[in-house]
Amino acid sequence: MDVVNQMQRQFVDYSTSLHREGILDDQFTQLQKLQDENSPDFVVEVASLFFEDCEKLINNMARALEQQGVDFKQVDASVHQLKGSSSSIGAVQVKNVCIAFRSFCEAQNREGCLRCLQQVTHEYSLLKNKLQTLFRLEQQILAAGGSIPVIE
Amino acid sequence: MAADSEFHVLAVDDSIIDRKLIERLLKTSSFQVTTVDSGSKALEFLGLHEDDGIINTNTPSVSPNNHQEVEVNLVITDYCMPGMTGYDLLKKIKESSSLKNIPVVIMSSENVPSRISRCLEEGAEEFLLKPVRLSDLNKLRPHMLKTKIKDHQEPEKQDKEEKQQQPQSNNNNRKAMEEGISTEKIRPRLNGITAMV
Repeated sequence: MDVVNQMQRQFVDYSTSLHREGILDDQFTQLQKLQDENSPDFVVEVASLFFEDCEKLINNMARALEQQGVDFKQVDASVHQLKGSSSSIGAVQVKNVCIAFRSFCEAQNREGCLRCLQQVTHEYSLLKNKLQTLFRLEQQILAAGGSIPVIE
Repeated sequence: MAADSEFHVLAVDDSIIDRKLIERLLKTSSFQVTTVDSGSKALEFLGLHEDDGIINTNTPSVSPNNHQEVEVNLVITDYCMPGMTGYDLLKKIKESSSLKNIPVVIMSSENVPSRISRCLEEGAEEFLLKPVRLSDLNKLRPHMLKTKIKDHQEPEKQDKEEKQQQPQSNNNNRKAMEEGISTEKIRPRLNGITAMV
């Protein structure tokens, strides 16, 4: 029981820190609230879809920016999609980079776009690592017979 | 569970993440859900075929009774989609004699007042800002209930009467006032402030 309590506390602390550091916002909490016995893996499933989507979009952007004549509309379309996805999952840092990224697309500023691409890749990697850690903590709690604490 | 609480919602979004999210939100709210990834698939599901680019409003697909293949009580669609936008889909539904009574709700990640007005004027019941929340979906049930009641009476007559009693602008203002507390979606439109994003 004590071990479970410890793990639960660790989970709460970690979750809170992700919010405090501005990596996740309230939308992520909304997703966690939607998870229940009917849909016990909902958050992990959404996160997996997001990771796949992110990687695909980042690749699209990279390829488009490598071209001699950059099609900024195409880059912008990918950024718009990523902005939407990140907003839906609560990945606020990624979303914020996307907002800046779109301005550079509009200004047809290749350098600015490349910088944003680098930033978005970095933020995405960071988020992925943190979420995987969070999910691992959840699994440990469940394996030990505990329940996932609800974060308000 | 009473039969009349089994409303069927058709959700349209090209983003797989948003489809998963809206599906979960709708199911949590006890709605039956079908999701599709495009406007054209939505029309297909609703039984509307556009073979010659002309909407054949008299013969949806199968029966001559003007019934859709599957009953849909509400369509909720993303605005920004490649090909047919949510607005295009809204228009096609409202222009179809067999589908025009189906309430349509638009979702968008962008708060653009002119976009919101255009959708509401075209007949959208609500305009929801993404990410959509459970509380937003509470607004959907009244629109679906209205339709169910209408179906029990003469649909055409009821529709006309309702339109006369509640002219479009009043309807929008009432909605806007009701929603004034909960969101900032409608406020930009009322104040005439241009896009905030």
